[in-house]
Amino acid sequence: MPDREFGFETLCLHAGQIPDAATGARAVPLYQTTSFVFDSAEHAASLFNLQTFGNVYTRISNPTTAVFEERMAALENGRAALGVATGQAAEAVAILTLVEQGDHIVSAGTLYGGTHTLLGVNLAKLGIATTFVDPEDPENFRRAITPRTKLVYAEALGNPSINVVDIERIAGIARDAGVPLVIDNTVPSPYLCRPFDWGADIVVHSATKYLGGHGTTMGGVIVESGRFPWNNGRFPGMTEPSPGYHGVRFYETFGDFGFTMRARMETMRTFGPALSPFNAWMLLQGMETLPLRMDRHCANALAVAEFLQGHPQVAWVNYPGLPGNRHHDLARKYLPRGASGLLSFGIRGGARAGEAFIEAATFMSHLANIGDAKTLVIHPASTTHRQMSEAEQVRAGVSPDMVRMSIGLETLDDILWDIDNSLRLAAKA
Amino acid sequence: MRVFAATPMADDIASLRRILATSKTIAVVGLSADWFRPSYFAAKYLQEHGYRIIPVNPRYDAILGERCYKSLRDIPEPVDVVDVFRRAEDVGPIADEAIAIGAKVLWQQLGVKNEAAARKAETAGLESVMDRCMKIEHARILGGLGWAGVNTRVISAKRPKFIAN
Repeated sequence: MPDREFGFETLCLHAGQIPDAATGARAVPLYQTTSFVFDSAEHAASLFNLQTFGNVYTRISNPTTAVFEERMAALENGRAALGVATGQAAEAVAILTLVEQGDHIVSAGTLYGGTHTLLGVNLAKLGIATTFVDPEDPENFRRAITPRTKLVYAEALGNPSINVVDIERIAGIARDAGVPLVIDNTVPSPYLCRPFDWGADIVVHSATKYLGGHGTTMGGVIVESGRFPWNNGRFPGMTEPSPGYHGVRFYETFGDFGFTMRARMETMRTFGPALSPFNAWMLLQGMETLPLRMDRHCANALAVAEFLQGHPQVAWVNYPGLPGNRHHDLARKYLPRGASGLLSFGIRGGARAGEAFIEAATFMSHLANIGDAKTLVIHPASTTHRQMSEAEQVRAGVSPDMVRMSIGLETLDDILWDIDNSLRLAAKA
Repeated sequence: MRVFAATPMADDIASLRRILATSKTIAVVGLSADWFRPSYFAAKYLQEHGYRIIPVNPRYDAILGERCYKSLRDIPEPVDVVDVFRRAEDVGPIADEAIAIGAKVLWQQLGVKNEAAARKAETAGLESVMDRCMKIEHARILGGLGWAGVNTRVISAKRPKFIAN
């Protein structure tokens, strides 16, 4: 009998965990331990040689973290996943597994500020160059690819410009060049968009956002599709004996999860940004209700976008779920269940009115996160993107009058009330 | 509801679980004595998990404490699974030998895909697995691979009956 392909909601609750063998515990047990005993010297050697699958040290793997990892691999319809400490760590570990000094990255310019800095400043210091391109025309990626390019990078739903990238076309361009497409799928979450279904090869997340969903927990994850041909000649680190792991050839030995194993054993093991088991456990509590929350985030955000569109204090609204939005067609293709809880708008009165709006809010929280159960507001030009020059801000889609909102799960009428009230107060400022 | 398309290969969880649960003796064709080679990884793991490993490789006398044979036909005892670590183009004659010695399963390892050899084995009444690692599938279905964050596709509310390591 062919295996049943279980639905997304079932995977959110069950993937990666069967009841605990020792106790029968139904909930995921929290293995809050740094280390695991060896049965014998031979067992220890077997584990270190990767000949026996098992746990050694929580910096490398942990049974609670493993549930989070497998569940994420299942939700993204991927082959394997690696949990890490934060979303930034997910990007850094994924990229550092693929590149070395002298290599090159092509990235969409529409990025979270921290990612822009990682690529444009920190990796540049290591001799890894990034060309930032405007993703509006996917051919821009093709034009920027060089013989040293090792990956193409983009956010599925750009933050904070809230642009939808054409994943399928960019994936085709990356495939033509023989390099993987890495997609940051943080804002849609796998419930709204599954980049592997459109040809992406690696997905990274800040699990801190919708996956955890409650603003309590830092975490990140890297997922691989299992479909990239690492033996195409461009990735000797995947096919040649590993100097960092006593001669193992990762692609030959682990096949379609060789990238995840290499990221785990070569990059995370040595650089060290492991996910705490407690944080993995917290994230799993959130993920059980991901579909329910995302449906409500999307419904509330669409209602707020429509409300803002008709408001006299509002110059423009950017929400890809709105008909007439520049990315509405792409959103219908890649985000058919909804365009997330993230939206931005331009406030009449510019930067000063933006700051006044945020300060006037009653329960909408002024902070730097997104994807919380609570409604969040921020003025990107003066906070998340302040390290950028004005030209870079414009390229990242940040204007002085822009207010970004992450619409939460409060009573919709209360959210509309707080927005309307704050806009009125801002107009008087 | 979407279900995977039925395939002629044994590639679903129930079939692989049956093969792994009922097989005892595994002839590993192309087994290397080098500890860092994938074939050694897999054979050592399977031996540690209760299977009888019979190495088949003309280059060695013994591997993993077991006598090594030049070919499948030289093995003087029944074989359940012929596990092939050879290039795809070499699998045809190995399939013939597997049929001749009465093996029950022709298992082509991860990266080894010889469709004609698989069909030949199936026609002769053997089960056929292709492009899969026996160690990885054992760990995926009977516990252990979850350690590595691999999507095992196992969904169950029963306690695992077998724990790796």
